[in-house]
Amino acid sequence: MSSSKTVTVNFGPVHPAAHGVLRLILDLDGEIVERADPHIGLLHRGTEKLIEHKTYLQALPYFDRLDYVAPMNQEHAFALAIEKLLDVEVPERGQYIRVLFSEIGRLLSHLLNVTTTAMDVGAMTPITWGFDEREKLLDFYEEVSGSRFHAAYFRAGGVHQDLPDGLTDKIFDFCNNFPKALDDIESLLTENRIFKQRNVNIGKVSKEDAVDRGFSGFVLRACGIPWDLRKSQPYDCYDKLDFKIPVGSNGDCYDRYLCQIDEMRESIKIMLQCLDKMPTGEVINRDSKIAAPKRMDMKNSMESIIHHFKFFTEGFHVPEGEIYTAVEAPKGEFGVYLIADGTSRPYRCKIRAPGFAHLQAFDLLSKGHLLADVPAILGSIAIVFGEVDR
Amino acid sequence: MSKITEVAKEAIKKNCNPIEISDDFNQLQISISADQILDVVDFIKNDEACEFRQITDIAGVDFPDRQKRFDVIYHFLSFKHNSRLRIKIIIGEDESIPSITSIFPAANWFEREAFDMYGIQFRDHPDLRRILTDYGFEGYPLRKDFPLSGNVEIRYDEIDKKIVHEPVNLQQDFRSFDIQSPWERTNYLKEDKKNNE
Repeated sequence: MSSSKTVTVNFGPVHPAAHGVLRLILDLDGEIVERADPHIGLLHRGTEKLIEHKTYLQALPYFDRLDYVAPMNQEHAFALAIEKLLDVEVPERGQYIRVLFSEIGRLLSHLLNVTTTAMDVGAMTPITWGFDEREKLLDFYEEVSGSRFHAAYFRAGGVHQDLPDGLTDKIFDFCNNFPKALDDIESLLTENRIFKQRNVNIGKVSKEDAVDRGFSGFVLRACGIPWDLRKSQPYDCYDKLDFKIPVGSNGDCYDRYLCQIDEMRESIKIMLQCLDKMPTGEVINRDSKIAAPKRMDMKNSMESIIHHFKFFTEGFHVPEGEIYTAVEAPKGEFGVYLIADGTSRPYRCKIRAPGFAHLQAFDLLSKGHLLADVPAILGSIAIVFGEVDR
Repeated sequence: MSKITEVAKEAIKKNCNPIEISDDFNQLQISISADQILDVVDFIKNDEACEFRQITDIAGVDFPDRQKRFDVIYHFLSFKHNSRLRIKIIIGEDESIPSITSIFPAANWFEREAFDMYGIQFRDHPDLRRILTDYGFEGYPLRKDFPLSGNVEIRYDEIDKKIVHEPVNLQQDFRSFDIQSPWERTNYLKEDKKNNE
């Protein structure tokens, strides 16, 4: 009579394949995972608590630090929430700039995730090529906001500053060259025998499970559900742009990889359209109660100096109300539930991170697979601990 | 508000007996009592007019001045009707809510988070442990009476060669300026604009 014995293994908290600080308690029968219990919170910084103690303007940079591989997408959700509560319009140029940089964020996230996951399953080259492209995108971030990662560029009512001269040309050049780089990366992975063996039919989820487990973003779409907030509940100028939603069928790691690759190609299309359609004009709503006055005005007008002072000390008041806004962040539905009490500080700001729901289903995804598949599954659902732990 | 949400609203009004129903900013929100939750959640998941198949989030909110201090807010999403729903429950510190993990498995971690952050008790939850805070953490950090700096700080003791927990000792107090001006915010510009239109 054979008897099986379960071994409990501690994976992490510091492990190169965990993409951050994740502690996994794995019950193994031989090499097969019987139960996975993720222990999270090792990167918990109390973002929601801190936001309650800051003005709306001061709270915005915290959103860069959630999903730190695609910072501006998070800011977008917060900015939209404030705008709805304040009932302010965003000038069209501001909208296009925000969408342009949201899509750059999507490329940043997918490039990092696809290539690091490939490295986890043994492909070394894609990460060097992917990070090369990523570096160019981060240069765009730097040109526009002054910092490569923690941009703090979006504002309620638009964006902080207009694009510097010549940036649109650089982005245009990038958009023309990037598909070739993506083809190169794909040539190493998509039909690669080892890569397919490591990913096809691994971490498979059915449509029903995906909905039940709160999946969103490309993880949901890889299961065959065509759901994208940019299409279904469009915000900013997404309804004026023409793009497709890549949908998978199998719901396994390989489909999630393909969805990300195709989404990058669609992002390039969106970026080109943004550059094409972007009008001239203001980039932020110049209502001096919600935006800082222009530097030039402050030299000549006392009123502007007063506005400037009040804007950066007291901040703007947001009328009482509660609102939930969500954006299609690279990893899925990123939502902000904001309760305003009429002062210049949020009363409560609940952040809904897509990775939280995805990691929750990790037990379901990894059950019955080999220990060696754990990093592949973890990589395929694009876990970033900044947003999971908040 | 779109027609479909209107239909869902009517269906909920008829079948769920909500305390309050609102649609500010085109977002449907209902208030119910804690013991109604299982029936209501079951209804909105399966009824044809609603079909809120996915739970997106559970948020706790603390109002320390109220007699029943916590709000628990559930967010649902319907793929079929492309609409959202919020369910709000008001409970006191010593009360508990039935867990909805049997209907929505994804609620598991969301409920754990609300428990961790606010100390809200969920009855019949399969595994109500702390989730985001440290092992052995005491207190509920998102409550309004919990200090921003926390109560304990951690350092590595070079002599004892171990990690020690000590009460927080800040060299400089957290500077919380009273920046709120006593004047009410001007709304006349917006009102003027509306009147002119």
